[in-house]
Amino acid sequence: MQPDDGADRNQPSPTIWPLGFAVGVVVLLVGLIVSPWFLGGIGLLIAIVFGALWAREATREVRAPAPAPEVEEEPARPAHVPVEPEPERYPRNKFLEGATLGVGAVIGGMVALPALGFMILPAFTDVKPYHVDLGPLDNFPEGKYVISTFLLYPEQGEVSRRTAFVRNNGFKGDQPSFTVISNTCAHLGCPVQANGPVFDNQKKTIQASGLEVTLIPTSPAGFGCPCHGGQYDTEGNRTAGPPVRALDRYEFSIVHGNLWLGRIFSVSTVTGTGADAMIQKYTQHYPGQHVDAPEGWLYPLQPPRY
Amino acid sequence: MVERKPTKAQQAAAPVHYTLDWLEERSGLVGGVRYFLFRNVPHDTNWMQTLGSATLTAFIVQAVTGVILAMYYKPDPQNAYASIQNITNDVTLGWLVRGMHRWGASVFIILMFLHMARVFLFGAYKYPRELNWVIGVLLLTLGLAEGFTGYLLPWDNTAYWATTVGININGTAPFLGPYIAQFLQGGNFIGPDTLSRFYSLHMLVVPGAIIGLITLHLYLVIRLGVTSPPWSKDAAGTMEPEEPAGRSGLTQPVPRGGEAQ
Repeated sequence: MQPDDGADRNQPSPTIWPLGFAVGVVVLLVGLIVSPWFLGGIGLLIAIVFGALWAREATREVRAPAPAPEVEEEPARPAHVPVEPEPERYPRNKFLEGATLGVGAVIGGMVALPALGFMILPAFTDVKPYHVDLGPLDNFPEGKYVISTFLLYPEQGEVSRRTAFVRNNGFKGDQPSFTVISNTCAHLGCPVQANGPVFDNQKKTIQASGLEVTLIPTSPAGFGCPCHGGQYDTEGNRTAGPPVRALDRYEFSIVHGNLWLGRIFSVSTVTGTGADAMIQKYTQHYPGQHVDAPEGWLYPLQPPRY
Repeated sequence: MVERKPTKAQQAAAPVHYTLDWLEERSGLVGGVRYFLFRNVPHDTNWMQTLGSATLTAFIVQAVTGVILAMYYKPDPQNAYASIQNITNDVTLGWLVRGMHRWGASVFIILMFLHMARVFLFGAYKYPRELNWVIGVLLLTLGLAEGFTGYLLPWDNTAYWATTVGININGTAPFLGPYIAQFLQGGNFIGPDTLSRFYSLHMLVVPGAIIGLITLHLYLVIRLGVTSPPWSKDAAGTMEPEEPAGRSGLTQPVPRGGEAQ
């Protein structure tokens, strides 16, 4: 080890400001829970003030002109370390250096950019919309939930299983109304389950537009997630646990008497029930993301999905 | 001058010396290894300072067992789980190599944290070793990425749902989160592309980066030297000049302020 000469030029001098900064951060964090605007504001103020003072202290040597003694040392240095004179360079030499680096960079870019694009872009450009036929409307009795599950891509196996909870709400005016809730938990994407009896003995498997769809009637009091305990009511509103919004829903359409699933959309809250429900609709977000203000501002852009 | 006849041992060692000399003359490798092995370290280094080597050993175990597992593993949804079952139950010694890789993964992560704690508590991250701390933090991140990507590969329910949750946690990062999640999935959903993508990351991209950074890490360790423990008299700058430089290294550490010997 090098002997310590006591000067310790590389250590910042001890200062009280970081302590104040830490106190400010603690007050801010407590304030976010207790009273965001008042206590949180005070904490933020303390943190900013002490942080600024700390930054000023830490950068003092950098900002101030070098102290006089060090300046005096400067002329002594060349005597010990003779500086090699920069060899004279011809324009051709400089040109060759630039050409080597430039051509190398161009070749490297030509190889690297398509490879990087091939790695990253397909995840965003190769997503195709899909519509799924759930079969005739007769299979969805009014006011009852039916677990509708299918393998979206049978060749991929169970990994492509999608599940929707479908409830026929009857008519709103002259328009048919369905509640089609996705089973993807709005917390972190585990599969939510129906909280209530699932009538496996009434399970029905139908073929609709070449896809095998399994329909299981259920009468849930709500939905619950096995992973971290998120709970939802029968409209998909969060009632307990960590989820940040209501359950996602599918758009639906009725084609030749069959119920078709369309795009998935995200929901912040639902007021009212069944056909009279008012749904706060947003583009599909990944689980765990807020959709409404202010936290929703953190997710202004969503990649293309279906 | 009397020519002394070489002894039996010298005769036996001659081919080795010849080979080493041949290598040294053409590459300087022998000298390099000698420099690496016989460089000076503080006389009062501590057992805690072997944690870095232990971490490196754990990584080498992971690399070797991983390469061998890759000879039997099949990274596609139809075959992944079956090939893991095959490795565990049927292939000779497969259970052992998979077990080493699986448990060694946890050992590697734990050792990284212990090594990090040692560096922090010994103050070994300070000038001039800050850059090595930064490289170490990158290595820790990459090590955790190895754990995350490797967890999907058995392709059972635990793997699938844990990765679902992990990817969605990535998705909650502000602004870029959804894009990171979609990149990791390789598309709209977790599917075949996610598995092969994680396999590629797990066995090519991330280990490659780890090997490169470990090389830099070791280069800086050799260049900058090993730190003394914080209780070292050398480090405190209080070693008396008349004290012989090469102590046995077996003396008990003297607490700070304990001048009376």
